[in-house]
Amino acid sequence: MSIDEQTAARVAKLARIKVEPEALPALAQEFTNILGFIEQLNEVDVEGIEPMTSVTPQRLYRRSDVVTDGDQQEKILKNAPDAREGFFAVPKVVE
Amino acid sequence: MLDLTFESPKIKTIAGAKHDWELVIGMEVHAQVSSNSKLFSGASTQFGAEPNSNVAFVDAAMPGMLPVINEFCVEQAVRTGLGLKAEINLFSAFDRKNYFYPDLPQGYQISQLYHPIVGEGEVIVDMEPGIARRVRIERIHLEQDAGKSIHDMDPNMSFVDVNRTGVALMEIVSRPDIRGPEEAAAFVVKLRQILRYLGTCDGNMQSGSMRADVNVSVCLPGQYEKFIETGDFGHLGTRCEIKNMNSMRFIQQAIDVEAKRQIAIIEAGGKVDQETRLYDPDKGETRSMRSKEEAHDYRYFPDPDLLPLEIEQAWVDDIAKTLPELPDEKKARFVKGFNLSEYDASVLTADVDSAGFFEAVAEGRDGKLAANWVINELFGRLKADEKDITSSPITPAQLGGIIDLIKADTISGKIAKDLFEIIYTEGGDPAEVVEARGMKQVTDTGAIEAAVDQIIADNPAQVAKAKENPKLAGWFVGQVMKATGGKANPKAVNQIIAAKLAE
Repeated sequence: MSIDEQTAARVAKLARIKVEPEALPALAQEFTNILGFIEQLNEVDVEGIEPMTSVTPQRLYRRSDVVTDGDQQEKILKNAPDAREGFFAVPKVVE
Repeated sequence: MLDLTFESPKIKTIAGAKHDWELVIGMEVHAQVSSNSKLFSGASTQFGAEPNSNVAFVDAAMPGMLPVINEFCVEQAVRTGLGLKAEINLFSAFDRKNYFYPDLPQGYQISQLYHPIVGEGEVIVDMEPGIARRVRIERIHLEQDAGKSIHDMDPNMSFVDVNRTGVALMEIVSRPDIRGPEEAAAFVVKLRQILRYLGTCDGNMQSGSMRADVNVSVCLPGQYEKFIETGDFGHLGTRCEIKNMNSMRFIQQAIDVEAKRQIAIIEAGGKVDQETRLYDPDKGETRSMRSKEEAHDYRYFPDPDLLPLEIEQAWVDDIAKTLPELPDEKKARFVKGFNLSEYDASVLTADVDSAGFFEAVAEGRDGKLAANWVINELFGRLKADEKDITSSPITPAQLGGIIDLIKADTISGKIAKDLFEIIYTEGGDPAEVVEARGMKQVTDTGAIEAAVDQIIADNPAQVAKAKENPKLAGWFVGQVMKATGGKANPKAVNQIIAAKLAE
């Protein structure tokens, strides 16, 4: 599978990563290489084999429905570039 | 199990400039799971808390934090599935739905695209007695809710509160079996009723515990039947999704205006674009959410932080054993067991508390009489006071006591209403109040006869007229009731007056 520059630009935009136009050809090529490497796996016949979901025979761990966390507004907001009145403040986003 | 039979409602058509059109509607209802803590973190789900105070590091998507599933939320989803007579998938798994928005710190929502926990079920959507639409449920999956952005606190900034981020939602997806705006609203009403019976979601639309996305398309008559036959969506029109509806009224309005918009486009020779739209109730129109379109590439993939969710049939069976009697069954039992009309049974079973109250009143009594008193007197009185049944000042035992006094002919129907008012406002034991305040019905024919004789003697002109026209006897009944303070037994009064006037 080959990734063109347009697709690379789109993926970057969806991920909100800024990529300069001159960097796009190399990025697209890198994507193509990675996908090509992964595509080798298609050569393996996995007919009738259950997908492996874990390397350890483990069951999904479950919690009981108890409040054990939270009440730490200050810590939650500590790394925010801008926070006011207990809220994260971000550039206006409105539909 | 008892079942009531029903027929499908007529399909609503909308007249276009050229022909009639039919609607095809599918819904996705997001119902917040009633739980104390979030789906993948131990933070509280409480509504209305200080902003960003119900947030764990998992919810804030701090690096290295891992989600741990809340078993109770899984149980609630299974319970909901069982309540919708749906198939429960013992194997389900979580996927990441990737999109960028300020109220979604992770940059993805953990959801279940490929392997939902609940499969196909159904909801019987009641329209009127004997008329209902069977709407198939395609799936229910568990997912995280997003946070909340507030846009009106600052002219240039949006303020974000992630308290709701990570709260467990059940997304309940219907098949496109809904055929009109009224049916769509009735579907949400019925779903909410079932969820409340089950106790899996409080159904509060104001606080956002229940929200609906509505998929609307239009087609010519006959096309839907072809779709049902073949399963081929090509027979239907292109659909638009109206997002985030949280009132029954707006759901109906939005469907109506959206269908008309689509019809106008098609009849003018245009093409409907499949897109996400928002309903603006002030303008009475839907508009495209372009930003949402761009983000529609969700790049789903299995969440590597979570193993598949495998549950055991025995656990599902245990949950099934704790299921309450559901609205349809309760209604059928009320109709058959208490000899009620389907309408009355619907009113009484609308919520589980009303149903319980009625049953406590009706137990061992005349069901119809009990239904009349609960619906007409009690519900009316509660409504006037803006109270709900759980805060009723009158208990089932007290109301039952009033009904017993009517049945025993101790009080008349009219006095019973006065008695109801006294018990409602002052409390007390109905029988004792009747005794203490001399409200007993006068069945002593001697006393009634004396009153009748007095009135006849005082009103010779009326007597003459009544002898010619027996219908005028009603006037005498009224006079006697007045003279006895409403306590005379009306049956006895009628008989005595008829006899006296015939003399």
